[in-house]
Amino acid sequence: MTIIIPTPLRQFVDGQSKIEVSAPTVKGALDALTLDRPELRKHLFNAEGKVRAFVNLYLNDEDIRYLPQKEDSVVLESDTLTIIPSIAGGC
Amino acid sequence: MSVLHIPRAIYDALRAHGEETYPHECCGVLLGESVTGEWRVKSSVRAGNMRTDSAHNRYMIDPVELVRIQRDAMRQGLDIAGFYHSHPDHPAQWSPTDFAEAHWIGCSYVITEVANGKAAITNSFRLAGAAEEDKRFEPQTIEIDEASTATPSESHN
Repeated sequence: MTIIIPTPLRQFVDGQSKIEVSAPTVKGALDALTLDRPELRKHLFNAEGKVRAFVNLYLNDEDIRYLPQKEDSVVLESDTLTIIPSIAGGC
Repeated sequence: MSVLHIPRAIYDALRAHGEETYPHECCGVLLGESVTGEWRVKSSVRAGNMRTDSAHNRYMIDPVELVRIQRDAMRQGLDIAGFYHSHPDHPAQWSPTDFAEAHWIGCSYVITEVANGKAAITNSFRLAGAAEEDKRFEPQTIEIDEASTATPSESHN
């Protein structure tokens, strides 16, 4: 499957905007992505191993938080996982 | 100081957006290319403000909208270079809320003060640092490209 890497995280993947991985689930895909990239893992996961609150993960057009299996959702080779940090603010 | 390069039409459009949504905050996405470490904006996309509960002083872009904007940008060979929003009757300076909610390290955050419905100062800040723990806003110079013919994209919502 294809993982879309947002601008802030491309420094950890040699500038690539997308990475292809083989994995059965969303969790497996993230593990494959960060296996040899510990700095990237620190940006995606907190000390407890949970995805950081400001990191949104979309399996195709679905927020994985709202999928029944969440990070254990099964993925297909043709799927796209998009990593999107939140954007918000205000005066 | 780093520089944000932006076409005149896009600069004017993001300021106009703030005037249109006044007294509420507007928000949008800047698309561009990184050239020698500096962003050259090529396009912009208006976004919806999810914070309808407090739109006069808060904004949030729906992540699913961002997913689609990023997808479209990649098809055009562009990256998300940054974001813009307005501060109604408030200085064009990043606030503690802006800082706490900023996570796009390496990108530009453009803020326009809209005073009594008219766009006043527009400032840009680069979110610098290597990680969430050492992130910081650094002021940028905005260099307006008067010769560019680039224009904003249609609104995404």
